[in-house]
Amino acid sequence: MAGMIEIRNVSKAFGGVQANKDISMDVPEGKITGLIGPNGSGKTTLFNSVVGYHPINEGSIRFQGREISNLRVPEIARLGMLRTFQQTRIYGKMNCVRNMLISVPHRNLGWADLFGKQYSAEDMDKAERLLEFVGLYAKRNLLAGELSFGQQKLLEFAMALMNDPKVLLLDEPTAGINPTLINGLIDRLKRANKEFGITLFVIEHNMRVIMNLAEHIYCLAHGQMLADGSPEQIRTDQRVIDAYLGAH
Amino acid sequence: MNTTSSKIILYVGILAVSIVAPYLFPAYALQLAILWIMILFALTWDAMGGQMGYNSLGNIVFFGVGMYISAVAQIGLYFDVGEYTSAYGAIKVDFDYGQYFTGLTLGVIAAAFGAMVVAVAFGRIVLGLRGPYFAIGTLGVALSAGELLGAWEWVGAGSGISMPVYPGDPDDRSLLFYFMCFAAAAATFFFYRWLYTTRFGLALNAIRDDEEKAEAMGIHTVRYKIVNWAMSAFFLGISGAIYGNMIGFIEPLEVAFPTVTFGIFMVLMALMGGKGTLWGPVVGATLFHIIKEVTWTHLLGWQWVALGMLVIIIVVYFPQGIMGWAHDKWPDFFGIEVEEAPAEDIEEAA
Ligand SMILES: Nc1ncnc2c1ncn2[C@@H]1O[C@H](COP(=O)(O)OP(=O)(O)O)[C@@H](O)[C@H]1O
Ligand SMILES: [Mg+2]
Repeated sequence: MAGMIEIRNVSKAFGGVQANKDISMDVPEGKITGLIGPNGSGKTTLFNSVVGYHPINEGSIRFQGREISNLRVPEIARLGMLRTFQQTRIYGKMNCVRNMLISVPHRNLGWADLFGKQYSAEDMDKAERLLEFVGLYAKRNLLAGELSFGQQKLLEFAMALMNDPKVLLLDEPTAGINPTLINGLIDRLKRANKEFGITLFVIEHNMRVIMNLAEHIYCLAHGQMLADGSPEQIRTDQRVIDAYLGAH
Repeated sequence: MNTTSSKIILYVGILAVSIVAPYLFPAYALQLAILWIMILFALTWDAMGGQMGYNSLGNIVFFGVGMYISAVAQIGLYFDVGEYTSAYGAIKVDFDYGQYFTGLTLGVIAAAFGAMVVAVAFGRIVLGLRGPYFAIGTLGVALSAGELLGAWEWVGAGSGISMPVYPGDPDDRSLLFYFMCFAAAAATFFFYRWLYTTRFGLALNAIRDDEEKAEAMGIHTVRYKIVNWAMSAFFLGISGAIYGNMIGFIEPLEVAFPTVTFGIFMVLMALMGGKGTLWGPVVGATLFHIIKEVTWTHLLGWQWVALGMLVIIIVVYFPQGIMGWAHDKWPDFFGIEVEEAPAEDIEEAA
C-alpha cells in the first residue's frame, strides 16, 4: 500500500500559537482517510501546510515520494493534489459551466492551449457530466455566486473532480449542507473514490459522516496527534470522546 | 432580426461612419482621433481592471513610455538624440517622406515592444500587490515615471522633444493620424474580442473572482497576470507613439504621463461603460469623450468638480456601468440565463 501523502514531524506556529506540533500521518493511495478534532485543533492548518499555502516550521511532507514542503500552491496543485476550502470558494461572477471549464488540469496546458478555444468538446462533455454527477446540471448556466451555500460546495467539489486530481483534500465537505442532502454527498464522495480512483483526505466535524466514510481516521487535539485508528477504534477511544465532550 | 446579422450591420455601420467622419468634419479630425485613443485606453484598462480585477491607476505609464521610445527611435535613426534635444527644437530637420515614414513605422513598433518589456519588468514587482495596494503601487509607478523623464536631459528633460515634422500637406497629416488612431483602436477591440473567447480569457475572470482559488486549482496566475499586463502595454505603447507624433511635441507631465487626466479618464470610461464587458469600455469612452468635449470649456473652473460628481453618480447609481445595467435589464438579448434550465430538480437528484 503506497503512501500517497507522508507527513513527518510537521510543526507550524502562528506567533505564539502552536497550531500543529510534531504531526505525522500517512494518506494511503486509493483510500479515504479522515481527519477529525475539535474546533481550533489545527486541522485546516495542517491542510494548508500540505498544499503549500504557508511554509512549515519543521518536518517533511512528501507527495508520491517527492518532498513538496518547499513548493508553492499552484505547483503542488499541478502535481495532482487539490484542496477545497472550508469557506467554499468558487468563481462567483462566472456561470457554473465556465467555473468547470477553467478547472481543467493545468499541468498539461501549453501556450497554444491557452490561446486556443475556451474548451474542447471533451471538456464540455466532462463538465456537463460532472455537473450532472453533483446534481447541478439544471443550474449550469446560472452565476456560481447566485447558488446557495450548499450548492456552491457541490460545485466546488465538481470543479475539483474536473481537475483529475490524484488526491483531494476536502475541508469539512458537509458543513452548511442541508442534512437531507448529506447522505447523497457521502455517496458521491465514495463514488469519486471508487469510480474515479481519487484518494481522499477529509476533514470532517460531523462524526456520523466520517465514521461512514473513512477507512482510517486521525484525531487532533490542541494541535497534537491524539489518536488514530479504524472508525470503530476511534468511536470507542476514551481520549477522543473526552476531547469532543471537553470541546462542547 | 437575428443577432449575427444585427452585429454585422452594427460593425459595418461603425466602419462607414468612422471612414467618412474625418472627411465630413475635417475641423474635428483631431478630436475624433483622440476619441479612438480614448476607446483604446478604456479597452486596455478594462482587460486589467474589469476582466482580471486589477484596478491599475498607472496604465498611463505605457502610453508615455511608448511615446518616448518612438521619439527616441525616430530621431535616433538620423540624429544624435542628445544633440537634437539640447537644441530645444532649434534644429529644424526636414525629413523626407521616406525618412519620416520609416521612422514612424519603426517608432510605433519599438514603442509597442518597449512598453511590453517595461510591463514585464514592473509586473514582476507590482502584480504581487492586491486590491488597493496594487492601485496605489501603479499610481506611484506612473507618477515617478513622469518625474524621472522630467529630470533626464538626454530626452529633453522637462522641456520635452519636438517630434519630426510631417513632410506633406497638413490636411493629409490629420487624416493620416486619424486613420492610425482608428486602426489602433480597431485592432485593440478585435484583439480583445478574440482574447475573451480563449481559455486565457477564462483564466483572467477566474483570477478576478478569486485569485486564491485560482492558485489552489493550479492556474498559472503569475504568468497570466504578467502576460495580460504586457498585452495592454503593447497597445498603450502604440497609442503613445501615435499620439506623440500627432500632437507634434512631447513633454513628460502634460503629454506623456498625464496621470490625473488621461490616467484617470481610462478608469472612469471603463467604469461608466461597464467593466468586464467588451462593449462597455467602447460605449463609456465614446460618451465620456463627447460629454467632456462639449462641456469642458464651458465649465470654466468647475471641470474637476463636474468630473467628481460624475464619478459619484457612476459609483452610486450605476456601479455596473451602462452595459452592466443593460445586461440586467435585457438578459435575453445578451444570452444570459437567470433561471435554471427546466431539467431535473437538484433536491430530487441529490
Ligand atoms: N493564519 C493564522 N494566523 C494566526 N493563527 C491562526 C491562523 N490560522 C489558524 N490559526 C490558529 O491556529 C489554530 C488552529 O486553527 P485551525 O487549523 O483553523 O483549526 P481547525 O481547522 O481544526 O478548526 C487556532 O488556534 C487558530 O486560531
Ligand atoms: Mg478548519
